[in-house]
Amino acid sequence: MNIPYTVEERPDTGLYNAKLGIWLFLASEVMLFGGLFSAYVFLRFGAPEGAFHEWGKELNIPLATINTMILISSSVTMVMSWASLKLKDFKKYKFYMGITLLCALGFLVIKYLEYTAKFDHHIYPSTNTFYAIYFTLTGLHGLHIIGGMVVLFYLWMPGSKMWHSKPEQFTNRIETVGLYWHFVDLVWIFLFPILYLL
Amino acid sequence: MSEHTHHEESFFRKYIWSTDHKIIGLQYGFTALFFLLVGFSLMMVMRWQLAYPETPIPFVGSLFGEDGLLLPDIYNSLGAMHGTIMIFLGIVPLAVGAFGNYLVPLQIGAPDMAFPKLNAASYWSYLVGGLVMMSSFFTEEGAARSGWTSYPPLANIEFGQTIWLIGMIFLITSSLLGSMNIITTIVQLRAPGLTWMRLPFFVWAQFVTSFLLVLAFPPLEAAAVLQLMDRVVGTSFFLPSGLVVAGEVMEVSGGGSPLLWQHLFWFLAHPEVYVLILPAMGVVSEVIANNTRKPLWGYNSLVFAAVFLGFMSFIVWAHHMFLTGMGTTMSAFFQTTTMIISIPSVIILSALFISLWGASIRFNTPMLFALAFLPMFGIGGLTGLPLGFAAADIYLHDTYYVIGHFHYVVAPGTIFGLFAGIYYWYPKITGRKMNELLGKIHFWPSLLFMNGIFMPMFIQGLAGVSRRLWDGGLEYAHAAGVLHWNEFMSISAWLLGLAQIPFIFNVFYSLRSGEKVDNNPWQATTLEWEAPSPPLPHVNFEKLPEVHREPYEYSVPGRNRDYTPQTEPKKDQY
Repeated sequence: MNIPYTVEERPDTGLYNAKLGIWLFLASEVMLFGGLFSAYVFLRFGAPEGAFHEWGKELNIPLATINTMILISSSVTMVMSWASLKLKDFKKYKFYMGITLLCALGFLVIKYLEYTAKFDHHIYPSTNTFYAIYFTLTGLHGLHIIGGMVVLFYLWMPGSKMWHSKPEQFTNRIETVGLYWHFVDLVWIFLFPILYLL
Repeated sequence: MSEHTHHEESFFRKYIWSTDHKIIGLQYGFTALFFLLVGFSLMMVMRWQLAYPETPIPFVGSLFGEDGLLLPDIYNSLGAMHGTIMIFLGIVPLAVGAFGNYLVPLQIGAPDMAFPKLNAASYWSYLVGGLVMMSSFFTEEGAARSGWTSYPPLANIEFGQTIWLIGMIFLITSSLLGSMNIITTIVQLRAPGLTWMRLPFFVWAQFVTSFLLVLAFPPLEAAAVLQLMDRVVGTSFFLPSGLVVAGEVMEVSGGGSPLLWQHLFWFLAHPEVYVLILPAMGVVSEVIANNTRKPLWGYNSLVFAAVFLGFMSFIVWAHHMFLTGMGTTMSAFFQTTTMIISIPSVIILSALFISLWGASIRFNTPMLFALAFLPMFGIGGLTGLPLGFAAADIYLHDTYYVIGHFHYVVAPGTIFGLFAGIYYWYPKITGRKMNELLGKIHFWPSLLFMNGIFMPMFIQGLAGVSRRLWDGGLEYAHAAGVLHWNEFMSISAWLLGLAQIPFIFNVFYSLRSGEKVDNNPWQATTLEWEAPSPPLPHVNFEKLPEVHREPYEYSVPGRNRDYTPQTEPKKDQY
């Protein structure tokens, strides 16, 4: 079986299959988070005047700012790792991909610290609607980070053998997983202001 | 393709853990038909309670309690699960999973779907979701009993809902993977020469349907996650403060909104209606073009109507919510969009009707089902208009009228369309035709009894009888004059069950004893008929086809045959 356009682009669409696939997946992800964001808006308007702002004051803005920096850096290193492959520099790819993974891990560690600090103050999802949506949104986002890390780790270590047999397809894989990674990053860039700053 | 030697695959790899779109399509098809039968059986049990309230159920009564009575809780479970199974486990997997998977690659001349492994994952996720749903019947809490719409606050506090939500998350994942795959396949793997306006209408219908699934299902997934949080972690997304249940104030953190669920739910569930109907329209178009021996009337308008329908279906959802007190401005907006969306539906239906004009029609079984689809869907669609008007809906909301309306769309509508497809493409899948006589024995009683079930629902609904009543409305004076219809409807339902036996028998009987046919028994034009019957494993075609023509070149004057396959080169290209 050989399916056309798994590696090379189809001339009239300018896409290889996986690239269209990942964009469609991201479209569905936009709708998923869009649904949750609209739930946030709905609940915020339903809450007493200023209550969401008041409840949100417990959140740790400095830590979240650091996390934002970390995620943006990881997006940059993600692009660098892809660009290294385009320049046929496998060693650099390994290096940048390693940094990306490290950033992701750092993000989760900080998130863990934030969560435990909340629990220590007896703040749970059931405390009020703000924390309900806070834990749901950041939890789901965290799951996306973990899912992304699994794939990134696979492409960093065992899956990277593919570079030696099918370099072009491997580069495409990094590009598609990169698109996903930027999306997860982008979701956080929306989460940060609506949860921590507003 | 010739350079490929067909190495033998083990039975397990070939039929169970397969990545071949045809096998996956068949897996989807058989699983979905099985679930359709299960969902229908639940309803046959419920109809006993409605026809003969509080008398023991014959044959299967012992399953529901020692005295064989159907208690209200179980009745509610059966109702909720009937809807869930029919929609999410039956029709969508049959229309998109089975038909889409099997036929889209064939009709566009592709060797397989774009992502074969994802395709398999989609089926297995569907099966797991289905089994999770079914398992809820055997738990101590029982199956979900808050209706297939799962409105909070009821669904937040009723038993059995948690498993329903977990099942839904699997099903949503499955349909996301499947529909992404279909879109990518259509965009990327069309055969050379197969331009967009040369696609068979069936492919267009699948294309639009898949977009609806990709974009509309995630908000329901979000809603399911929120409801799961409410039930498991104790949040109050859908629970208002001071909620009183059974005379006592519930201990909840509060501040949530039951309306939020309805918005998220219907944002999926209205496009879902078009997910149910569009593939059937696609099937019916193929069957009608073939059996009228004419090009479809207004192919371009069909395509644009389908695309417009898909777009509009995202902005009509709140017409399910006229009675929630969301305000007249909102109602006016959604009433307007609802009236607008009826236009493309009418265009599609009219184009199909006009296609019949002046044709010498072949009345075989697939065509009979396709022809029956037209008026049945017509009744279903037109009875929807009064529901789309906010003022009329106040009276009709939640009555049997609504049940009659959407069942006309989905049961004698979509299901008839899909039956037409099964009879029509069976020779491609097996190399044999289904038995015509059995087909007609299946068709005529099905048509009769479908109407026997659903037509009286309009009468009951107009009299104001509410849906979802365990006793069918015995306690209400206004229902007294129309309740005698219940027995008639129930007997129709059981006879409809009997009428499916010739179909089930036919599917298996014709596998061995059906009339053997060549690759193109219906003298059709589209690409799937160029492939051998059954198509070759994993590559479909002996040689990947090239397309030179429009999809429906039937009875073109001056040609020596009344059909010209899409692959036939034009004269000046010789």
